[in-house]
Amino acid sequence: MSSPYLQNPGSGVSGIMLRVLAALLPAIAAYYYFFGPAILVSLTLASATALAAEAAMLRLRGYPLRYFLSDGSALLTGWLLALSIPPLAPWWLIVVGTLFAIVIAKHLYGGLGHNLFNPAMVGFAVLMISFPSHMTHWLTPLPLVHDGLSLAQQLAYFFGESLPSGMNLDAVTMATPLDTIKTQVSLGRAVGEIRDNTPIFGALSGRGTQVIAAFYLLGGLFMLQQRVITWHIPAAFIGVFALVAGVFHGVDASRYAPPLFHLFSGGAMLGAFFIATDYVTGPTTPKGKLIFGGCVGLLEYVIRVFGGYPDGVAFAVLIMNAAVPLIDAYTQPKVFGHTK
Amino acid sequence: MRTLSTFHGGVHPPQNKDESNRLPIAPAPLPARLIVPLRQHIGTPARPIVQPGDLVLKGQMIAQAAGPVSAALHAPTSGRVVALENHAVPHASGMPDLCVIIAADGEDRWMERQPIDYRNVDPATLGERLRDAGVVGLGGAVFPTHVKLDSGTQQKIHTLVVNGAECEPWITSDDMLMRERAGEIVEGIKIMAHMIQPEEVLIGIEDNKPEAIAAMRKACQGTNYEVVAVPTLYPTGGEKQLIKVLTGKEVPSGCRPPSIGVSCSNTGTAYTVHRALNHSEPVISRVVTMTGNVSKPQNFEVLIGTPIGEIVAQAGGAKADTRRYILGGPMMGFDLPSLEAPLVKSINCVIAVSDALFPTAPPVMPCIRCSRCAQSCPAELQPFELYWFAQSRNFEKARAYNLFDCIECGCCDYVCPSNIPLVSFFRFAKSEIFSIDRDKKAAEIARERFEFKEARIAREKQEKAAMLAKKQAQMKAAAAADPDAAAKKAAILAAVERAKARQVASDVPSGADQTTQSSEKP
Repeated sequence: MSSPYLQNPGSGVSGIMLRVLAALLPAIAAYYYFFGPAILVSLTLASATALAAEAAMLRLRGYPLRYFLSDGSALLTGWLLALSIPPLAPWWLIVVGTLFAIVIAKHLYGGLGHNLFNPAMVGFAVLMISFPSHMTHWLTPLPLVHDGLSLAQQLAYFFGESLPSGMNLDAVTMATPLDTIKTQVSLGRAVGEIRDNTPIFGALSGRGTQVIAAFYLLGGLFMLQQRVITWHIPAAFIGVFALVAGVFHGVDASRYAPPLFHLFSGGAMLGAFFIATDYVTGPTTPKGKLIFGGCVGLLEYVIRVFGGYPDGVAFAVLIMNAAVPLIDAYTQPKVFGHTK
Repeated sequence: MRTLSTFHGGVHPPQNKDESNRLPIAPAPLPARLIVPLRQHIGTPARPIVQPGDLVLKGQMIAQAAGPVSAALHAPTSGRVVALENHAVPHASGMPDLCVIIAADGEDRWMERQPIDYRNVDPATLGERLRDAGVVGLGGAVFPTHVKLDSGTQQKIHTLVVNGAECEPWITSDDMLMRERAGEIVEGIKIMAHMIQPEEVLIGIEDNKPEAIAAMRKACQGTNYEVVAVPTLYPTGGEKQLIKVLTGKEVPSGCRPPSIGVSCSNTGTAYTVHRALNHSEPVISRVVTMTGNVSKPQNFEVLIGTPIGEIVAQAGGAKADTRRYILGGPMMGFDLPSLEAPLVKSINCVIAVSDALFPTAPPVMPCIRCSRCAQSCPAELQPFELYWFAQSRNFEKARAYNLFDCIECGCCDYVCPSNIPLVSFFRFAKSEIFSIDRDKKAAEIARERFEFKEARIAREKQEKAAMLAKKQAQMKAAAAADPDAAAKKAAILAAVERAKARQVASDVPSGADQTTQSSEKP
């Protein structure tokens, strides 16, 4: 035994992961409220797959199962992926994505603490590239469909890809607000006009999605208060993202949606507080975090607005993950008693 | 009000100071045997000047300072020196060390004491007195105090910082000393100030010790010394951290405070400075906190050399579930190797450890790069990077990431959610680098020696050859110049000719011929 003999109580890895999961709960509740039980089904399946894959990999790699399985990291990966993809999808979509995230992106890179790329985002990228059509069927918020799918009907679609007779997928799914703007603007319509004349839009961005985004923000603030994350990455992400959106909006308001719309659409809030802030795949120095967060915010806007994908968080994060070792190496803080 | 600076990081571990600061400092009884290790300060160990069998008086010097950075040692009581031998000592290595062992005679008879009036004595002489009184930093580093106060050899000291922060949990020895003997501490500070003539004297005390702050403020009345309550934050008591908080200045890496005109000493040290000069009492005792899993935690004034087991007994003995003992605080202390080991000047606290008080850490998890360690590091290092480097034995990289600026305060370890024993890794890496450097140096010296030897052999060969050539040339020249030698040579030649002719004529056996030849040679 050698000093220090004291250990900060209640700050273990599992404690951190549990607080992140807890911070997601309000947004999940809102998701359920606006889009029905599909999200709960996909979260459950993602959790089961993540834990099973984690257990299998830990067993194969000879790690103590119970202690490591309870660290909560696999569960968090599963949840983040489930929250990133359309909830109404065939069961194998989330299973394939989660398996890829846990087995390949996490464990084959060395397991907890060693993976270079954010596992959930690797899973997302794989699904996006391999099954693009399944990744576009987003549910229509409940206030807009008279009778949303019941749990049984959703389960039937989940496991059998069958909808009630006389109903097709277009009846319950829709293009996301981001997609709608992108398509309509390309047809020559102005952003304001699109937003006024399409029922899916709310005050900030999409109906339902704007509330979920607000709850991600709330969860993020909770994590800041709990010191689970530091302010650097979310602040730089949101700051740069909003700044760039503001500049484009200022230049041509008919083609570019305002910053608030962008902030509360798609994965911006989830990305800023929950995904870009991943310890393992992010930078560690304060300056590095600012650079990383800012670059992710910039890329997120560029990909979402000018790229071919509906949103840009996953690719922005993955691209910047690759730059993390470099960022860390060049942003080492001044050491006490040194003159830089 | 002084505007205080801050240092990066720091942690707030549970204080656990109330356990031991409720009772006054109690004198500990005289032990039968005192074990005085010769290595009780940074620098060269003291050189013993007594033999087994010698009778000594309380306070008599038994070992003298050896070299510029060293300090003397004294008999803690009167008695007979019974041995000069290796004995268990309190050291992180757990290795025994050379000690003077004294059997107390029970009379506790002082030597003759000669207090001086420091105001009439020059600082150099005062420094010698402090060295010969064994005054060293009692905050833990045990750096000889006279070296710190030596005004002749270093740049002007403008600020004297007196460290009463006592930031480690559990420890209350400085707290109690300040509460009870503030006046004497201030007397010591006056002597230190007299020696280095600083422009200001700052006494830093963490604000979790209001009684000590009040006592010190009262004792400082009439002086221009400023008692500063500093925010409680571990490790504010670190010398460089406290200087940063009080003055806003950073002591440069690898340097000591005098490099920025600051001298820093512990309050306990100031007390011993006072006792040493105003009472002519060398450092033969100190206040130590005995706390943790004992019946009556309390501070005791204990003779240096008292077996630590006796201090435990003084506090009512250890409870049944005590597993071991920590010396110093829980953040930077170390395991007591044996209850037979004696109290030395550096030990301010003994903590009896039970599983309930100090639960074993949960299993270690992989590093998740959360950077909490970096956020808590007062040296502003990136402990997790150093950990990766130490783990992969990439020592050069660890050095490049300023491993040697690590003060081993334990903050990183304390906050690590993966329970990684970071400080142990850093100690390991440091000792590996030391040994690599040592090997490198040894190899360098060996190489230099080898090359020197080769060069010497080559040179000697050359010199020999040159000398030979010179000699031959001289001989030739001499032979050519000397007519006698020429005649002799001619005679020899003639003799050889004659012998040959004789051999042909008489046809003697070859043996005789050889004999003849050999006899002719010289």
